[in-house]
Amino acid sequence: MAEARADAAAPPAGRDLILEVRELTMRFGGLLAVDQVSFAADRGRITALIGPNGAGKTTVFNCITGFYRPTAGAILLRDAAGGVAELQGRPGHRIARAGVARTFQNTRLFPGMTALENLLVAQHVPLMAATGFGIGAVLGLSRYPRAERAAIEKARAWLDATGLLDRADDPAGALPYGAQRRLEIARAMCTEPILLCLDEPAAGLNPRESEELSALLLAIRDGQAAGRGRGCSILLIEHDMGVVMRISDRVVVLDHGRKIADGTPEQVRADPKVIAAYLGEGDEGEEDAA
Amino acid sequence: MSPAALKDAALTALVALALFAPLVGLRTDVAPAGGLYLRQRWDDVAILVALAFAARLALLAWRGQRRLPTASTAPGWWEAPLRRLGALAAPLLLAVAVLLPLGAFSWDLGAFAIPAVTGRYELDLGILVLTYVMLGWGLNIVVGLAGLLDLGYVAFYAVGAYSYALLATHFGWSFWLCLPLAGILAAFWGVLLGFPVLRLRGDYLAIVTLAFGEIIRILLVNWVSLTGGPNGIGGIPRPTFFGLTFSLSGGPGTFAGFFGIEPDPSHRVVFLYYLILGLALLTNWVSIRLRRQPLGRAWEALREDEIACRALGINITVTKLTAFAIGAMFGGFAGAFFATRQAFVSPESFTFIESAIILAIVVLGGMGSQIGVAVAALVMIGGFELFRDLQEWRMLVFGAAMVAIMVLRPRGLVASRTPTVTLTGRKRAISGELVGEGHG
Repeated sequence: MAEARADAAAPPAGRDLILEVRELTMRFGGLLAVDQVSFAADRGRITALIGPNGAGKTTVFNCITGFYRPTAGAILLRDAAGGVAELQGRPGHRIARAGVARTFQNTRLFPGMTALENLLVAQHVPLMAATGFGIGAVLGLSRYPRAERAAIEKARAWLDATGLLDRADDPAGALPYGAQRRLEIARAMCTEPILLCLDEPAAGLNPRESEELSALLLAIRDGQAAGRGRGCSILLIEHDMGVVMRISDRVVVLDHGRKIADGTPEQVRADPKVIAAYLGEGDEGEEDAA
Repeated sequence: MSPAALKDAALTALVALALFAPLVGLRTDVAPAGGLYLRQRWDDVAILVALAFAARLALLAWRGQRRLPTASTAPGWWEAPLRRLGALAAPLLLAVAVLLPLGAFSWDLGAFAIPAVTGRYELDLGILVLTYVMLGWGLNIVVGLAGLLDLGYVAFYAVGAYSYALLATHFGWSFWLCLPLAGILAAFWGVLLGFPVLRLRGDYLAIVTLAFGEIIRILLVNWVSLTGGPNGIGGIPRPTFFGLTFSLSGGPGTFAGFFGIEPDPSHRVVFLYYLILGLALLTNWVSIRLRRQPLGRAWEALREDEIACRALGINITVTKLTAFAIGAMFGGFAGAFFATRQAFVSPESFTFIESAIILAIVVLGGMGSQIGVAVAALVMIGGFELFRDLQEWRMLVFGAAMVAIMVLRPRGLVASRTPTVTLTGRKRAISGELVGEGHG
């Protein structure tokens, strides 16, 4: 834990952090789901949050994205200009507007709306401003038509990037599972986030689809997807170790609500504490020796 | 015919016998001498029991033939022709609605002389139907688009009616000034209701909105000094045609006098008809436009998945409140119209049954569908009148029709949803099975 605290107080020189989580604690009644977890995500990098089931990964996610109000701790989001926003305790929609987009462990699309409509709902905030908050658009008096055309073009670019262009006018609920997963990522990206949080994006995908997903995430990180030009930092929870080790720049390991490891994929893979957490506890002596 | 089916049918017949023997078989009648006597009608009972037996057998046979229902998200074969019919029905209905009052007059077009075909009764019925069409469309915003189950919609109708009644009788303001005010006041009450129920969903939301409707009604009954209590408010000014009254005197300040035509009581009715038609079409136009705007899409997204909306930066509080406010505003407009048409308002007009009828129109029409709601209003309100001759059987017919529709088309007349925007330009209907109904 000492290492983590030093990390939070003064980030090492040369690390450009987008997200800093400081001593985050989440308590549900008597259950301590997350216990003083501190970690940071670098700008323009993919940071993976891994751990066995029940380690508290999704709870950390829900705290970052405003679905839970953390019991204690701080969550800081730094934009490219150096401005710092405290996310803890803000309502979910304000966090989304600050530039944090997320997907869900069980996809949460709007099943009765088409893929295109799903992506337009994601652009609600800028579109709503363009309508003059509804009134101008009803009267047909605003810059809304142009804003909507731009929004449709952006949606088209993301549908293309996720291979869904030919399904654009199909209801999201009728898409195959893998396509729904990709559509959810496209929808999150349409909110123009600076940090994309993905909760188990590869769950339920076949190996080929996981491969495509990895390529998509790398393209999003580097700003090559959908002609965006701007990179996007990614924080992801994932159980598929193949995907994690292939694309992550940094891996944070949680177990029983505590951070047990933090480093590059190679470092984490070799960490005996991580191996113990995944394969079952070894003897006390073994762990001490390590 | 399997023995099991026969046994089942026999059991049904037995239950029917037990029910119909006392209900139908024995009847007390007045004897010619004046006393009561028990008339026995066992032949009627036998017919009813036989009918129950045969109907049960037929039902079992039909069920036996039917294959297991296959789950499918594709629209049924009837959807496409129905949709084409629907595309035709909307302009047709609109044309009929616009032309209906013209039939109230006889026209002398040189060679042709068209007699008056519609009377005062048809026009009054038309006004009533259009009022419910408008209320249905207003509630459709809250229930159909935003997915918030509102059982107290009549409260906003009442607020609009009383706003106009009070403003017009106390300050003498004209209808055209009071109409927007009534809408704004109703919208204000919509927001007031919206705030406490923001966190509620489903059944809980329905109960609170139901209570809200009753609170408004009870307030109107008890606040005697303002609302006149159960006696209501009478002598509400009638609307004027740009300042011209519809007085029968035919003087210079009247409609007939100004245009130099014979004063006729039907002028006012026709004017009222076009007024409510215009208001209803305004409601329709605004909801259709809003549906294609970010706000309308946010409402529909809210109905589909509230949590996902939050993750996309949509302010749920504001979005829900706008749905309540805009829906309530149209209820308020309809209320102001109601007050000016009746020239009298009392709390009796705003009971729960009104809310229930409006909600039934929305649900029968298909939540979120404009044409469906219009047809449902026509069928329900018009049907009520059509079956007036059936007297007490009317409610039975009405109930049976409701059950039939819920069995045959559980998502309403128009169950599918039309996308608001497409890439290919071809709008394919989305099956109702995929579309969310809202959680409250």
